Amino acid sequence: MNKDMSYKAVNDRKNEIMKKAVGIDYGTFESKGIAFDYEGMMKKVGYTIDEIKEIEGRTGIGNTPVYELRNLTALARKFAPEGKGARIFVKDEAANPSGSYKARRAAASVYHAKKMGYKGVIAATSGNYGAAVASQAAMLGLKCIIVQECYDSEHKGQPEIVEKARKCEAYGAEVVQLTVGPELFYTFLVLLEETGYFNASLYTPFGIAGVETLGYEIAEQFKEKEGKFPDVVVATNAGGGNLTGTARGLIKAGATDTQVIGASVDLSGLHMASDKQFNKKSFTTGHTGFGIPFATWPDRSDVPRSAARPLRYMDRYVTVTQGEVFYITEALAQVEGLERGPAGNTSLAAAFSLAQELDKDKIIVVQETEYTGAGKHIQPQLSFAKDNGIKVVVGDPKDQVPGENIVLPKDPSYIKVNEIKLDKLKRSFIKNAIANNSDVDITEKDIKFLAEETRKDEEFVKSILDELGVKY
Amino acid sequence: MDIAKKGDWVRIYNIVLTSEERAPQVPDDTKKVSLEMWDKGFLLNDEAKIGDEVEVETYIGRKIKGKMVEINPQYKHNYGEYVPELSYIGRQLRSILEGGESNE
Ligand SMILES: Cc1ncc(COP(=O)(O)O)c(C=O)c1O
Repeated sequence: MNKDMSYKAVNDRKNEIMKKAVGIDYGTFESKGIAFDYEGMMKKVGYTIDEIKEIEGRTGIGNTPVYELRNLTALARKFAPEGKGARIFVKDEAANPSGSYKARRAAASVYHAKKMGYKGVIAATSGNYGAAVASQAAMLGLKCIIVQECYDSEHKGQPEIVEKARKCEAYGAEVVQLTVGPELFYTFLVLLEETGYFNASLYTPFGIAGVETLGYEIAEQFKEKEGKFPDVVVATNAGGGNLTGTARGLIKAGATDTQVIGASVDLSGLHMASDKQFNKKSFTTGHTGFGIPFATWPDRSDVPRSAARPLRYMDRYVTVTQGEVFYITEALAQVEGLERGPAGNTSLAAAFSLAQELDKDKIIVVQETEYTGAGKHIQPQLSFAKDNGIKVVVGDPKDQVPGENIVLPKDPSYIKVNEIKLDKLKRSFIKNAIANNSDVDITEKDIKFLAEETRKDEEFVKSILDELGVKY
Repeated sequence: MDIAKKGDWVRIYNIVLTSEERAPQVPDDTKKVSLEMWDKGFLLNDEAKIGDEVEVETYIGRKIKGKMVEINPQYKHNYGEYVPELSYIGRQLRSILEGGESNE
């Protein structure tokens, strides 16, 4: 068996490799044009929410505690206008077996892989998801390989990613570490082809259906404890699966009036595939470097169609700065007695600011936390930032420049979300959809699809198409 | 100790793509350097020294080749140096909560 293993040859075999590795025929849900049957895909491929609960429950995932953050609420009220300052709660997802909500996301994939007779699972991820897949694989007796983008060309690794490698190895996984670059996908394909393992992608319907239980639990827990659904749920947003799954779960539980707000760390100006800039950032997820491109074109992942489609579910999208998230992480430990990892606290920083816009009797929920430890903690992350020439100062976060400095807010009144204009992202989405389908004629079906994808009406879609000079 | 024996846990290194082989869409600074890879496994050669091309069996049982770069590879990440810039936060928050003044 002497296959051509060159970059080009392996990429040319992509579809064939992927089909074997996820066992999903995405063609079933495609139509000729831009549209595809998203809900059909979620229904046919995934599991029902009751099945997922059962699968997750078997390995101790879910039913994580909710904490009311009374001191942070009191603090927010000090800086809020009269009568404002919603009650802030957090769902402690760090309590899941692998230390984050990603356990939910991995559960059904690994379960499905086992059921279908795969001997092992592979995932391409530098973050919590690797630990989640490795942990689930250990529980179900499957082999596991995690492929990470970890180092720059000077062989310096982000402390948070190095920690994740350790955690994956602790669960018996093999960890393949790479330097910066999108060709990680090539290594990933080579491994899938060689091993015949299952592609435990973050973006299949299995993964997203797994997160639905998170939204569902939030709805149920609040109904039971507070007698109502939360008014606002804030989700840290990168590839969009966290928000999509949570929102779908809320809707399934009947919490259709709950506002879902996405929050990302502002890393504007930094290029994610740049070797030199790789270690200039202090967040490896939950940032705009993933958040914006994945929201405006979700089908850029390791499967043909992503089940994470955040623009379908977002009511608002806000950014916070690295310094604000570090500050709130320290605050969570200091006044709430909860030491948790920074990436998960992106939505907490946002919630602290958003609570000040809402009436006191409203409920705002931060839907997750993540574990913390050596490397994955504000202290080593800031220490690493300084080693890479980043200035750490105390001041007004408005003065931050990603890649140059980190500004810790002078006091809590300086924590302020920045609004991303959703209509602009929606316009980009439509533009990308057109650019990726330049050879097709736009039909009524496509327009309806674009309206669903952007959560707008058909008039909005048509106005953008007109503006772009696209015939339909 | 720079010599590893059969069965020792070691770290190996490979170049996956040279600078010339890199994908067209990567930024210029990334294109200038190779795509490099590290993995770990049990040494299959009878003996090897740092820098030798070796074969290992990874923890899940794959056999792969590469240059041996570390024996009994260590995790070196830690809690970093103390970051004095963070030290005001807890006291500031407590003083605000206790009714003290905020910074201004
Ligand atoms: C703790 C934590 N929160 C949020 C996210 C963001 O999730 P998503 O990429 O689905 O938007 C991640 C994933 O990287 C994560 O690990």
